[in-house]
Amino acid sequence: MKISYYPGCTLKTKAKNLERSALACFDVLGIDYEELPRWNCCGAVYSLADDDLLHIIAPVRDLIRVKERGHDTVMTLCSMCYNTLARANELMKNDEKKRYTINTFMDEEPDYAGEVKVVHFLDYLRDVIGWDKLREQIKVPLNDLKVAPYYGCTLLRPREVALDHPDNPTIMQTFLETLGTTVVNFPSATVCCGSYQVLGNPDAALKVSHGILNDAVKHGAEALALACPLCDYNLGFRQDAILNNFPDAREIPVYYFTQLLAVALGTDPAVSHFELNRAGSVQLLKSKKFISGTAS
Amino acid sequence: MPLEIIKFSSDEKYKKKVMEISGQNFHKCYQCGTCSGSCPMAEHLTILPRRVMALLQLGVKEELDKSNTPWTCASCHTCMVRCPRGIDIAKVMEALRLIRLRQNINQIEPSNLTKKEIVGLPQIAMVSGFRKLTS
Ligand code: SF4
Ligand code: SF4
Ligand code: SF4
Ligand code: SF4
Repeated sequence: MKISYYPGCTLKTKAKNLERSALACFDVLGIDYEELPRWNCCGAVYSLADDDLLHIIAPVRDLIRVKERGHDTVMTLCSMCYNTLARANELMKNDEKKRYTINTFMDEEPDYAGEVKVVHFLDYLRDVIGWDKLREQIKVPLNDLKVAPYYGCTLLRPREVALDHPDNPTIMQTFLETLGTTVVNFPSATVCCGSYQVLGNPDAALKVSHGILNDAVKHGAEALALACPLCDYNLGFRQDAILNNFPDAREIPVYYFTQLLAVALGTDPAVSHFELNRAGSVQLLKSKKFISGTAS
Repeated sequence: MPLEIIKFSSDEKYKKKVMEISGQNFHKCYQCGTCSGSCPMAEHLTILPRRVMALLQLGVKEELDKSNTPWTCASCHTCMVRCPRGIDIAKVMEALRLIRLRQNINQIEPSNLTKKEIVGLPQIAMVSGFRKLTS
């Protein structure tokens, strides 16, 4: 059955490498999807105030669009979109009073009561496709690539929307094992990268990001896999600043999990837009002969 | 060690406001310190989350007002999933932020971002940062 795909704003621009690689995987895996028409930005962070329903309107509108299409599932790729949509959905499902207020406020829209299921591509792979089926599709096993799975916050917390155990998750490990990589577990896998503090307190954010990367390197990782454009910004893009500020820092490629999947499924490397990753990222994949020398 | 006895009055209005906005009862906190020990931003906070709870219980608004803690918290929810008393500490931090932001005081000024920053930052950073740190 067809599902809705919710891209979110960053995936259309700065994180094109996340979207394009994922869509190529959808095609290979036969996922029947449609990009949600008239989607709007979900707001990136879920409102944590009891008296603030206004910021729940945006994600609920997106969920109403999904329901209108007659789809029972909406797929997300960005961890923060996932979290925001999933939490808004839980609220509409479980809080009768707030549901009533929100539905009444949006009187131009059909009523919504959490009928749609919000999924992230990672749990879709686990629960709908299944690891065994996925393994059968692997054309280029990523053997000997030592990857540290990085979850960050919003795939795992709070519990009501967690893809897996908040403190001991295994979903990304299993995913990476299925691709053939050598998984490097490290204690910082679920530690926040600093998130939006890159704006409020950039030095503090830089230091926590450095701690995470250092931990991965120390445990023997050659690369990091993640699912969130903000994590990628803090841990990938800001690595130059990290390398300049911390003498013990070492460069380490950072990939979206979908890019590694796209390579393992044998898609054209062009769909993964590695030019948006750090320069060393594509080099590492070439040196392991997962992709050919001409791909940029 | 001599104990110093200080005089202060509990700001009940402030306490009520934090409870209303967060929907959390910080009086349930029994000061175990799990939140402070779990916080990734701990070394950058002037008051650790455990002490935020204690100060709220006592209603010491002035101390909390001076603290950078709500502005340095990354809403990562680690404290919240681990609190044995089931307190959503991330929501308490949001309430502390909102009490200030709702007076129309911005913590960061979007107009002060340089062109380079605006071009370089992904939307997700700006949307989330502005949501959390501007009024
Ligand atoms: S979470 Fe980020 S990427 Fe997703 S829609 Fe919101 S701002 Fe855009
Ligand atoms: S680690 Fe940071 S950017 Fe990544 S999901 Fe968590 S808060 Fe978001
Ligand atoms: S973890 Fe909970 S109970 Fe323990 S100090 Fe923090 S808020 Fe209080
Ligand atoms: S939500 Fe804030 S206070 Fe709690 S652990 Fe994360 S950064 Fe620290």
